[in-house]
Amino acid sequence: MVCNDMNDKAAVVRRIRFRLNGRQREAQVASHENLVDLLVRLDLFGARESCGQGLCGCCTVLVDDIAVSGCLTLAQLVDGCEVHTVEGLAEKGKLDFVQQAFIDEGAFQCGFCTPGFVMMTHELLKRIPEPSEPEIREYLSGNLCRCAAYPEIIRAVQTAARNRPDPAGVAGEHA
Amino acid sequence: MNIRPELTNHQIGRSVPRLEGPEKVSGRASYVHNLKLPGMLYAKIFRSTVAHGRILSIDVSAARMMEGVEHVFTGEDVKTIVPNPYFGPAFHDQPVLAIDKVHFVGEPVAVVLARDPYVAAEAAQLITAEYEELPAVFDEVEAMHSKAVVHEELKPAGTFPDLKHLAGRKDTNIALDYHLRRGDPVAGFAQAVHVFEHEFRTQQVMHVPLEPMVTLAEPHHNTIIIHTASQSPSFVRIEIARLLGWPENRVQVKVPHLGGGFGAKLYIKLEALAACAALLAGAPVKVMLPMEEQFYTITKHASTFRIKSGVDHEGRLLARHCEVYWNGGAFADIGPRVTQKSGFTAPGPYDIDNVSIDSYALYTNRPPAGALRGFGIPQLVWAYESHTDIIAHELGIDPIEFRRRNILRDDRPQATGTPMTDAAVDAVLEKIAECMQWESGSRRKSDDPTKRFGRGMAIGFKASISPTTSVAVVNVAADGSVVLQLSTVDMGQGSDTAMAQIVAEILEVAAEDVRIVHPDTDVTPYDMATLGSRSTFHMGHAVRLAAEDAKRKLEELAHAMGFTDHAVWQPRDLFRRKYGMQAGNVIGVGTFIPEYRSPDPENGQSDKVTPFWMIGGTGVELEVDVETGHFRILRMINVADLGTPLNPRIVETQLSGASMMQLGFTMFEEMRLDAGQVTNASLADYKIPGIQDVPDAIENEIVAAHQSNGPFGAKGVGETATFGVSPAIANALFDAVGVRLTQLPLTPEAVFMAMRAKEGAASGV
Repeated sequence: MVCNDMNDKAAVVRRIRFRLNGRQREAQVASHENLVDLLVRLDLFGARESCGQGLCGCCTVLVDDIAVSGCLTLAQLVDGCEVHTVEGLAEKGKLDFVQQAFIDEGAFQCGFCTPGFVMMTHELLKRIPEPSEPEIREYLSGNLCRCAAYPEIIRAVQTAARNRPDPAGVAGEHA
Repeated sequence: MNIRPELTNHQIGRSVPRLEGPEKVSGRASYVHNLKLPGMLYAKIFRSTVAHGRILSIDVSAARMMEGVEHVFTGEDVKTIVPNPYFGPAFHDQPVLAIDKVHFVGEPVAVVLARDPYVAAEAAQLITAEYEELPAVFDEVEAMHSKAVVHEELKPAGTFPDLKHLAGRKDTNIALDYHLRRGDPVAGFAQAVHVFEHEFRTQQVMHVPLEPMVTLAEPHHNTIIIHTASQSPSFVRIEIARLLGWPENRVQVKVPHLGGGFGAKLYIKLEALAACAALLAGAPVKVMLPMEEQFYTITKHASTFRIKSGVDHEGRLLARHCEVYWNGGAFADIGPRVTQKSGFTAPGPYDIDNVSIDSYALYTNRPPAGALRGFGIPQLVWAYESHTDIIAHELGIDPIEFRRRNILRDDRPQATGTPMTDAAVDAVLEKIAECMQWESGSRRKSDDPTKRFGRGMAIGFKASISPTTSVAVVNVAADGSVVLQLSTVDMGQGSDTAMAQIVAEILEVAAEDVRIVHPDTDVTPYDMATLGSRSTFHMGHAVRLAAEDAKRKLEELAHAMGFTDHAVWQPRDLFRRKYGMQAGNVIGVGTFIPEYRSPDPENGQSDKVTPFWMIGGTGVELEVDVETGHFRILRMINVADLGTPLNPRIVETQLSGASMMQLGFTMFEEMRLDAGQVTNASLADYKIPGIQDVPDAIENEIVAAHQSNGPFGAKGVGETATFGVSPAIANALFDAVGVRLTQLPLTPEAVFMAMRAKEGAASGV
């Protein structure tokens, strides 16, 4: 579609309500805006649009506890949903166990893809509390790291699995 | 003096975790990607659709009329503020926006500015341009003599003295021809019992940093601030000031974290367009490329390397001739430097008395090529180590044994005449042999009759780009806390952490307590650029000197304040005594440029062509499926001489990451072109290595070494593990299934076709 009048007719603006990192939010959202656009407007920059095609995982966020690519998720669709981003993980500046594991294992270089890996690791560990290496590789195959810190990332996931505060509780919560 | 007496204070050689780790894992590290400013306009570039053509007309009227569009600019608008708007590090050949002519599909022709990036993108689609198409040339060898000439006249920048003679040259695509002669190659070949000659080619690939290129220019009254994802803030300042005709101090360049660089974000890229657009619009302008458009900015040279060697009856290399053609694309960028600075290592790390090298930088109508992690070295190693393997096999000599007879050992002169000092070629070779149990190891055999096991190895080396300058400032505050100001860009390689370790070692503090000021040309001093694995050595020395200068000044202050030589004091005691309160600073400055002698223009000889050598090698074990040509890397061993590593853990991540990147360039990455149009410019069609591509086992070995002229015995590391990957895999494929591939990438299709061709030849089909 060549859309010459995008500004007026095609762009339907809606007010949406959703929970973001545990807090209720409201926003006016145009129909073409994706979730990364919305998060950036709310000054959250951890989910980053890189490939713009849902292939690199840099914009991974959790919507109702399912990892999605923010660049492929229209912002209006999160109306009524629970959205979690990397910024919501650390409490009062204290890094959570996945974040700490990435530091302990040196599992990044430039850090641009890291929030996506951290979020995807959270989802992985909820579903498979003690993943094998093939399971880690399979689960994280949709996240790209051009610095290729992959061996360290695999170790970080294993470390995070070991250090998870209360695996039963967290797994139960999302069962 | 000792601020933290509990420190045993061995900061060097300690695996300090990255200083910026917490910011990065929490998504709060600042990248230009994140930066927003009040009143900021987003730019969208309208690009050429033809590979070579004269611009007949550009119609921007519909775009201009679109609601929400603030401005649309073309090359003519740029000329109103920059009369001669051509830039580039080696040649001033790249217009800010196309003028008169376009040179490749994807060249920027016009730019739309709007507050809403979606509006800018929509409006850019309303622009039309008409071109008179000209004949185009895409192949680097054809470009040598083609009738299609990319630039009417060569315009060397004047930055490099050895390019000056090219000024005004017409009707040629050769941006630089570099020649080296050592010994008597004709006589060498005449004496040889065996002569081998092969041609190897590499494909065009892209860096693909996951933070696509981005620059935000912010105009102020007679100054401009450029926030940019750049590896070379000092160069950006100099080049923007030159374009605008301003003194350097009116241009401020700031670089926060980079989401990957790998050579893509070097010299000057989007900065010129962002600066001109911002000045024309009188508002901050952010030029932020989507992933697809990165493929039209800068790439890695495709290349053709013809290599010929003469060998005696004992398997000693007597003579070698190297002819290398570098496909530089439409703008020279740093290609002429690649042609020369990498060109002189083309014969490989071998002790050969008679050598000739002819290396050519060629313009073509492809997207431009520049530096990419290795500065041309991986293309060369690919060829000379495949060639070496072929020679060994044909002579019936074990490939490692053949190398043992020929490698450059300690202090022997390399082709330029510069001795191989602190270059552990033999140690790297022997470590690979040891790790692979080359001589004694039983060869793996698969139970599956459709699988064949193979192993291969390769070694390579690189000189440091020279001579280049680094300056650093160490600023000690009145409470004794330390700030380091430097223009080295930490794009993930860990330079912030390593440089903090150097300061900490000298000033007896913890590396974690040293604060780094990221590049801001108003406060951080000059650095040539973050490239070519030069920072550890060059900036490492500058930082060392700055810290030593600060320490000396503190000691002088202590002396002046009446502390005896043996007194225990802390810096804050000195400031308090001197100024009566917590006040003042001590500032240490360090400047470093290594010793260098220009090569003789006739024969390329110099006894000091590089301050240090980087040596790397890779061993590969793989398994080929003979029914499909698919192969799996079972084990990849990277071995490197990095001198004495400053931070062993970060260094290991660099080795492993570099080898993985080169694995992508070896196995699948390839920019496909159709009449100059990149047909796979997105991550959907251009695959980069993912976690499933990591070999079953990846090992990184650092040989015991010391760089005697390096800071604390260290030298660069970022590129070293790229050198051997491609030929090691090709050599292992040959070992497994007996086919020799001479063109990258080594795809399953290529392996399959080669196997079938071989069977056909064997059965006479």
